[in-house]
Amino acid sequence: MADLRTNIGNLELKNPVMTASGTFGYGEEFEDFIDISQIGGIIVKGTTLNHREGNPYPRMAETPSGMLNAVGLQNKGVDYFVENIYPEISKIDTRMIVNVSGACVEDYVATAEKIALLEHIPAIELNISCPNVKEGGMAFGTSCQSAAKVVKAVREAYPKTLIVKLSPNVTDIAEIAKAVESEGADSISLINTILGMAINAEKRIPVLSTVTGGLSGPCVKPIALRMVWQVYHAVKVPVIGLGGIMNATDAIEFMLAGASAIQIGTANFIDPAITVKVANGINEYLERQGCKSVKEIIGALRV
Amino acid sequence: MKKYILDLIVSTNEKLHNNYILLKLTSSQKLPEMLPGQFAEVRVDKSPSTFLRRPISINYIDKQKNELWLLVQKVGDGTRALANVQPGEIVNIVAPLGNTFSTPQQTDKKLLLVGGGVGTAPMLFLGSHLKEMGFSPNFLLGARSANDVLQLDDFRRFGNVYITTEDGSLGEKGYVTQHSVLENETFDCIYTCGPKPMMVAVAAYAKKRNILCEVSLENMMACGVGACLCCVEKTTEGHVCVCKDGPVFNIEKLTWQI
Repeated sequence: MADLRTNIGNLELKNPVMTASGTFGYGEEFEDFIDISQIGGIIVKGTTLNHREGNPYPRMAETPSGMLNAVGLQNKGVDYFVENIYPEISKIDTRMIVNVSGACVEDYVATAEKIALLEHIPAIELNISCPNVKEGGMAFGTSCQSAAKVVKAVREAYPKTLIVKLSPNVTDIAEIAKAVESEGADSISLINTILGMAINAEKRIPVLSTVTGGLSGPCVKPIALRMVWQVYHAVKVPVIGLGGIMNATDAIEFMLAGASAIQIGTANFIDPAITVKVANGINEYLERQGCKSVKEIIGALRV
Repeated sequence: MKKYILDLIVSTNEKLHNNYILLKLTSSQKLPEMLPGQFAEVRVDKSPSTFLRRPISINYIDKQKNELWLLVQKVGDGTRALANVQPGEIVNIVAPLGNTFSTPQQTDKKLLLVGGGVGTAPMLFLGSHLKEMGFSPNFLLGARSANDVLQLDDFRRFGNVYITTEDGSLGEKGYVTQHSVLENETFDCIYTCGPKPMMVAVAAYAKKRNILCEVSLENMMACGVGACLCCVEKTTEGHVCVCKDGPVFNIEKLTWQI
């Protein structure tokens, strides 16, 4: 057995496999299929200061090798999370990380402050990249100034590990990465979904109620790999890679491109047991390659 | 109820009609308990354009033969690929998912199960379950024409069957909500699954007469387990997942205009 431990800033994960926000609930939906303590970390559903109903149905469209979603950060708000969900998930023996989103800087800060008080939540993932909300969300992640502003404010209020999740819907993702790193982000995760669209030709209507939505699945993997590679070379903080990972080989490719850990998202819908299979597959790869530690393959791409 | 990822073996694949096939799946191990209204997320192999699993309601459980029946309507590439699986092949499913229909306390209650199109599928399982519990269920099945009335012999094993066809080739002519049984008899509970306009009409009939009514919805799904929040229905309690909090809903909980 190779050593699968990896680090996200000061935070150690038992293995590099995490679940992407909004694809794994709070973990409990998957307990029948796998021992979720075998996952390196779980990023729970996007949480906002106030309750959000999300966007109207239909919110999903299947696409070739992927899907579009337009959920729109449906959640019951941070107070509900603290009172009702946290007590249930705090016993889970893995890193439970909360994805935090907001409509304005003050919302992000207020939500992060409330999460900071929770003993068993060692990190937050700041979502400045949701394409499915009208205000805030991706608007923060598409310019260096606004990304820096929100990260700076949250950094001052949040003392634990701060991961910032970037949007691929930008001209130069490396510049955004550098901007959030310089304001104190401990880690950068990427990519969030790519803005896309689906049309029902017979009815001449968009498939999604919001017209556009976020594309995920294996169709986005080459773009995600490229961006992880670019960001890895632009910043010093650890990078978390995600975007279309369907198996252990995909995960290893992201690590070779520079990711210290990876997240599995859409693949959870196809195989609810995929996370543990990927963790086992990474171990098999390391043994086959004669590596003692998973850290040996981070950024180990031969170019 | 505990959910499972199962590799099932195709026993038979029977063509019921041009657009419908009946898959009977089995396993070397005893199938887990499943309830009427619940569904399976079926992985579709050999269809490059199909990415997500297909949610398909459980049509019947044959306990003696250890078989799970799935009635599949050929709609797109995914269901067409599924319709081509051969006996002996493996079909991977995640099941059982979702909730179930409620059942009344007393078995003398008069129950009507209304199904239209592929929406008749869960009604067979529900009818068999109710019959086993001592009820005498009545089925009201709607179809375009006689050819489209599926599994009629199976339905007749479990209760009275009333039929409407749009062309009048079998049963009464018209839609299910125009059948004379709805005027001539009174029911205590109505369960329905089918095209939304049909369910809305059935719900309106039930509401007008103050009859308990449950509908089974089929919103587009991704995960099937309540994680992705894609298949939501607007209810009196806000957006809820059809896959986890449904697919069966009491009409009082929905925000339909009826």
